[in-house]
Amino acid sequence: MKDRLTEELLAMRAAQEIRPGDYCNVGVGLPQLCASHVPTGAIVQAENGTLGYGPLVGLDNVDEMDLDFIDAGGSFFTTAPGMAFFDILTSFVMIRSGRLKSFLGGLQVSEKGDLAIHSLSSVDKFPQIGGSMDLAWGAKRLIVLMTHNTKDGVSKVVKKLTLPVSARACVDLIITDLAVIEVTSSGLMLKEYAPGWTPHEVQAQTDAQLILANNVKEIEF
Amino acid sequence: MSKICTAGEAMAIVDDGDMIAAHNWGISGSPGYLFRALVERGVKDLTLCIPNLIPLPEGFVERGLTDPTILIPQLKKIISPFIGARGILSSISETFLSTLAKEGRLEIETSTHGILMERLYAGAMGLGGIYSPVGVGTIIAKSKEKRTIDGVGYIFEKPLRPDVGLIKADKADTLGNLVYRGSARGANPVIAMASKYTIVEVFDVVEPGELEPEMIVTPGVFVDRVVRIPDEDVYSGKRRPELMKILTEVMLARGG
Repeated sequence: MKDRLTEELLAMRAAQEIRPGDYCNVGVGLPQLCASHVPTGAIVQAENGTLGYGPLVGLDNVDEMDLDFIDAGGSFFTTAPGMAFFDILTSFVMIRSGRLKSFLGGLQVSEKGDLAIHSLSSVDKFPQIGGSMDLAWGAKRLIVLMTHNTKDGVSKVVKKLTLPVSARACVDLIITDLAVIEVTSSGLMLKEYAPGWTPHEVQAQTDAQLILANNVKEIEF
Repeated sequence: MSKICTAGEAMAIVDDGDMIAAHNWGISGSPGYLFRALVERGVKDLTLCIPNLIPLPEGFVERGLTDPTILIPQLKKIISPFIGARGILSSISETFLSTLAKEGRLEIETSTHGILMERLYAGAMGLGGIYSPVGVGTIIAKSKEKRTIDGVGYIFEKPLRPDVGLIKADKADTLGNLVYRGSARGANPVIAMASKYTIVEVFDVVEPGELEPEMIVTPGVFVDRVVRIPDEDVYSGKRRPELMKILTEVMLARGG
């Protein structure tokens, strides 16, 4: 079996979408790994009320942890020049007014760019929507990071969602451990594929029909 | 009349059936001291509006911290975008919540963080409700009015006007003006504006004039009662370094 991108490589490829001057939000889970690859000059938002925080504090540095400096996932961060604190209302105004590039995890993306973040069982049990629907709806550009297939090999890039929808026609770019796919008005366009794979092999792993970009190429880091 | 009082005195306002709003997004900025006082007050059939209802991971309660889920036995309804947490909601509290929900003793209304904040702000502004584009076609749109305005779909969301808001700030002056620290600000300023009666727990109370007017985030008009956390309490300003030590020790023991 051919190698797929590791989580770290996937996050590195995703972080290439962040440009200096961007304001961005990296969701809890896989997207969070992008945080350590953010280019200088880009500013990261934590939806619990911080803009432009410094590097996260590792467990090897507990003396530097401060109770009141935590990101949305509960990790401790360090301060940085130019950072700003605000309440959650203000935070979601930022999120919903199209000012942020958002990176979210996902369970399924359809060819229309519909996104499913939560499984049926988790929806039935307790609400764990958090800010994900706000982030998906309001993003200036929404990039979804996920594995291309489930553990059982089922494609997550689908013709139509089979899981509960979180937001319709919201995804701009899908980055998986196999491919970089852009959502266009004519369908899903395969722009890049994992090293060692071919576009044909990526299509074979994908439920939705992929359109080959003219300059389709191997993912570079 | 002075706004300064004990948690017990402040809680006298809370009645059976009240709607309570409180902040929770980890320990920071969440009124853990007031949660305990609310349990002692013993009222029931409360509705709780809260951004997250996340139990503390194992090891914290043993060290004296308040798990916000201790409020559950007093609740008839929770309005929250997020209950539990990946890998944190213990099987005990998960079974407990499921059982209550299944037996119809606890109603759970889901929302999103953005919608919850808008509903509170709408309540504060006296609006009749809001039309939200977020949530259209999703599970949260169930049985809500739908409307198309200028070609865009919306769902109707009712305002929230809690009877009592429980909040936390870094410092208050005796007039109830509040300043916050770091990401502990959270939903506290919004809850203060939306609630009919707001109780704040603080590390420190100072005299009027000691807080820089430009730095005040929540003006005293939104605050009815100020409770200074007693020095001996684990949440007090005095014991903050110790609280941080507890956190890091438990984190290190858990490996993250």
